Amino acid sequence: MVLRRSGMLTESFVEDFTEHADDAWVTSNGARMVARAWTDPAFRARMLSDGTTAAREMGFDFPEHHRHLMVLENALNIHNVIVRTLCSCTAYTIIGAAPGWYKDLDYHARVVRESRTVLREMGLDLPASTEIRVWDTTADTRYMVLPLQPPATVSWPAEKLATIVTQDSMIGASRLDDVKG
Amino acid sequence: MDSLHDLGGRQGFGRVNYPDQPHNETWEPVVRALSACALRNHIYNMDEFRHAIERMAPRHYVTAAYYERHLTAVATLLMEKGIVTREELESLAGGSFPLAGPIGPGRLPTAPQSFAVGEIVRVKNEFVPGHVRAPAYIRGKTGVVVGISPSYPFPDAAGHGMEAPTEPTYDIRFCARDLWPDSSDDAMNHVGVFQSYLEKVGANWVSPTCS
Repeated sequence: MVLRRSGMLTESFVEDFTEHADDAWVTSNGARMVARAWTDPAFRARMLSDGTTAAREMGFDFPEHHRHLMVLENALNIHNVIVRTLCSCTAYTIIGAAPGWYKDLDYHARVVRESRTVLREMGLDLPASTEIRVWDTTADTRYMVLPLQPPATVSWPAEKLATIVTQDSMIGASRLDDVKG
Repeated sequence: MDSLHDLGGRQGFGRVNYPDQPHNETWEPVVRALSACALRNHIYNMDEFRHAIERMAPRHYVTAAYYERHLTAVATLLMEKGIVTREELESLAGGSFPLAGPIGPGRLPTAPQSFAVGEIVRVKNEFVPGHVRAPAYIRGKTGVVVGISPSYPFPDAAGHGMEAPTEPTYDIRFCARDLWPDSSDDAMNHVGVFQSYLEKVGANWVSPTCS
């Protein structure tokens, strides 16, 4: 009401903003980037060297205070997982609005220190030989994980691949290794 | 500031509430949009917004839902910026409207210094009363520079409405066992650290627990 009085909040802002957020800032944006990275080596290289430019190339929004998108590449023996212990920072225009569990104080407190245990509790039991890399979003760099492509899907086209990429896999709470062809 | 927003590595917490339960609170998108509106109108910047959340009374912070924290920050900043009075908020809310605690002074960055990829660095052992974006769990800890991000406004100044020079942030890799000796899972912890928070360490430093 006070913002409306000051003229800063127009009659339809809340509705328009919510509609844009719900329609444009969706998990399928990141999923399409991942699927393209799996099928287009040149795009993959661009995405890993400059995620922001790769996201813009695909037409996705990037708000002013998200100044840099860094893409973290999983490998057979490397697993990346993202957290933000100090803020509400998420690359939400690319991977969609943060899920509730990601905002959970238990997740903030524990995943930086007990990553393997927390991931196991969430259903991802990584072998001891897998190096876990925990990325705490504390500056204006935003992160997303590039999951490993499931072996069974090697011949799939990008459009079909995008349908198997989940938000959790782009945060690092899950992997897609077991997806069947 | 050392308040309850900075929980990384704190013990005694339980299982993560995963996967998500169905959740439909119609007031939450309204708070999200109001915050975006205030931000777009340059009433405050993101660091001021974050600092307002940090200034919430600890008991309020840990019991408030995510978007209640956002609402508290928006209302606090609108009051501090002179757009609304506390009396007006309470009259509109029909009762008390808990706000965040008062803001103190911010600080400017230190003299520019630079660090190279591969260099061993230490996070200064600083106790900053205002906004700061180095989590407590890396304070005084040593790690390796593995990447350099573009320059961002220095949050300790921006969070207090001061003119904020930009400076690079460094992707510092720490070994979890150096952060919490004998009491962590094995992992590498990456944290984006502003240049002013870092200091040089002799090149001969070797991680005590992690090669």
